[in-house]
Amino acid sequence: MHPALQGIATIFLGVGGCLAYFYFSNQFIDKVLFPAKGVNAGRNINRANIVRPWLFLAPALFALSLYLAYPVFATLWYSLTDRDKGDAFVGLANYYQMMDDPKFWEALKNNMLWLIIVPAASTAFGLLAAQLTDRIGWGSIAKSMIFMPMAISFVGAAVIFKLIYDTRPADANQIGVLNAVWMQFNGGVGSFILLRALPAVFLAFLTVGSLWLATTMIKGVSSFTAVLRSLFGVVLVAVAVASIGSVYGVFTATLPYGKPQTWLTMPFWNSILLMIVLIWIQTGFAMVILSAALRGIPEETVEAAIVDGANPFQVFFKIKMPQIAGTIVVVWTTITLTVLKVFDIVFAMTNGQWETQVLANYMFDKLFRGNDWGVGSAAAIVIMLLVTPILVWNVYNVRKEMR
Amino acid sequence: MSNIAGSKSSLQWVVHISVALLVMLWLFPTLGLFVSSFRTADQISTGGWWTSLFPAEQNLTLRSADPDDAGAQMLIDGVYVVEGNLFSDGVDATISVWGTSSRAIDTYVPGDTAEMNDGETITVQVNGDYVWTGTQEMSGRGQRVFATSTTPPEFTFKNYKTVLFGGNATDGMTKAFFNTLTVTIPATIIPIVIAAFAAYALAWMDFPGRALLVAFVVALLVVPLQLALIPLLRLHLGIGIGKGYLGVWLAHTGFGMPLAIYLLRNYMVGLPRDIIENAKVDGATDFQIFTKIILPLSFPALASFAIFQFLWTWNDLLVAKVFLIDATGQTTVMTNQIVELLGTRGGNWEILSTAAFVSISVPLVVFFSMQKYLVRGLLAGSVK
Repeated sequence: MHPALQGIATIFLGVGGCLAYFYFSNQFIDKVLFPAKGVNAGRNINRANIVRPWLFLAPALFALSLYLAYPVFATLWYSLTDRDKGDAFVGLANYYQMMDDPKFWEALKNNMLWLIIVPAASTAFGLLAAQLTDRIGWGSIAKSMIFMPMAISFVGAAVIFKLIYDTRPADANQIGVLNAVWMQFNGGVGSFILLRALPAVFLAFLTVGSLWLATTMIKGVSSFTAVLRSLFGVVLVAVAVASIGSVYGVFTATLPYGKPQTWLTMPFWNSILLMIVLIWIQTGFAMVILSAALRGIPEETVEAAIVDGANPFQVFFKIKMPQIAGTIVVVWTTITLTVLKVFDIVFAMTNGQWETQVLANYMFDKLFRGNDWGVGSAAAIVIMLLVTPILVWNVYNVRKEMR
Repeated sequence: MSNIAGSKSSLQWVVHISVALLVMLWLFPTLGLFVSSFRTADQISTGGWWTSLFPAEQNLTLRSADPDDAGAQMLIDGVYVVEGNLFSDGVDATISVWGTSSRAIDTYVPGDTAEMNDGETITVQVNGDYVWTGTQEMSGRGQRVFATSTTPPEFTFKNYKTVLFGGNATDGMTKAFFNTLTVTIPATIIPIVIAAFAAYALAWMDFPGRALLVAFVVALLVVPLQLALIPLLRLHLGIGIGKGYLGVWLAHTGFGMPLAIYLLRNYMVGLPRDIIENAKVDGATDFQIFTKIILPLSFPALASFAIFQFLWTWNDLLVAKVFLIDATGQTTVMTNQIVELLGTRGGNWEILSTAAFVSISVPLVVFFSMQKYLVRGLLAGSVK
């Protein structure tokens, strides 16, 4: 059968089957199993109402359990067994094997970088865009332009950015924007300002900013949140140390002016260039959510601050930011989840070469190219472990909300 | 309050410029792909796409018609003449300076007459028209003219013809397009039906363990897809589904389920209690309440989820690679096709950019036409 016909048949069978299931199972308990008449009418109605929710839930629960809950445990089990030995239990052998693999550590290191940079940059840009577009007439058009990359697939975005990072020989016209811009630098005053002074200023700001944020984070009572906050504070201090350390490097590095660069083969910087793709996509998401949060801030608080003589920056950082802190956490964690699962961008652009490997692609590599299901499962479990704090946090919040 | 208004307007132009810069920065990458898809391979490899938006100035080596060609050379008043246009048909270029030697390409301006040795002259006009005269019969190849010319921006639909109707299995996107559609539509509709019933039960039916189930759904919301690949592939191979459409439909249904239930439940909880209770008093069953009241009222949430699921399944690469695409490659989807093009035709930007634009055009249309629902869904779907 032609796949398209098969698809249409599936829609009818799937939708019709679901509807038929719901209709007839309801009829069955109401008319056959627990009829609401005769001597036991009252008892039967009660019983039917106890069973009915589970009728409604059954298909969804089945899908959830089979496609998401079961695999968590199955993957855990596979990570402890060896397929070549007939699924024999091998303990932590797969994990040891993975830890001996330098590629794994490279992937883990890159993932940590991704986890710090992408959510931070996306949230910062999103906040900036939300704050700015809310103040102007054509803001909604601007918003939908910045939001648009959300609709573009990671693979499509990879092609778009590969064109930007393209390299041609030195004597030809550069068709990649990045190299075309790079060729304009010649080591003069302009290059000094743009490539050394400006980054240094940015790094200095980053140092001061993250130290300031860290001091606000590492305090408070001992609770679950306090642990998370101080963890975050430690990361911020690390960022501050790294950025102040890089200031010196910015001034001393020798830059190859006038030579087109193959950007995607430069270790460390290529990972940053891949992150830019995801930042480009996720900023729109952050902007939409944060913009709604900014609009939800009561006008009176802002007006009161202005009457008291606060300048726009004070209004933003002292009045608005604390009120949307919860939403920023939500945006941050949601982007973090996306980052942990990022696969397509790396797969399509470098496939983990030149030290750009990330966990999700490492896992895919082990699974389908190396055919090593044990180590692949172990890598998946590592991703799961990284996700777990967010999982616990989300469940904790929802439980709190429902009470 | 005058100082407030004053401080606002003084900052306003900074805001306008910053937003304009931000929007330009965000549009620029996509615009590059879009423009490149309308350029020929030659144009793409000779200059950045941003130059193609403006008239391009180039130095060209052009040649007049061969005097030996039949009918090219005419004898008028004792002078041998060859007339014609230096550019091939359809080229709309203008010449600014020209010359007859490669060492002096800017000797003459249009309208000048160049004197060459053995008494020949050539006159070239702005649009490339030339008159080449000689006192003796001319022979050999046509006269070379070195010209600096300006060509207006030029775009072509040829790439789209190649990619969509070329019929080439490796470059063609037509089959992949329909395959993607075949994956997407059932994978969008089926989860909605299943999830809607479950969401109703979690929102409006009272039973022990409800809060626990909601927590279960929220927990599964963040479980990475990566964990599901190996066990489910094994399961599919074990029960005989194998790799194919059925497998990918089931997988997408399962993976989309937590978000679907969470979104729909959040929305349904907010529906007015009175309506549902009134209907119950009037003797409506849960099934009737659901189909007659809840489902129509939940349309915005259903639309939100449908858009999410559509975008996600359309743009997906991983699930298709694991559950759908087999060794024959007959069931390839567009994202996979593009990744393969990146491998085999990495330098052919005309093919790549066109293929990529074909694949992102449908989500873009959906995005711009249904943005309202997408935003609403995002706001409801992020765990608070």
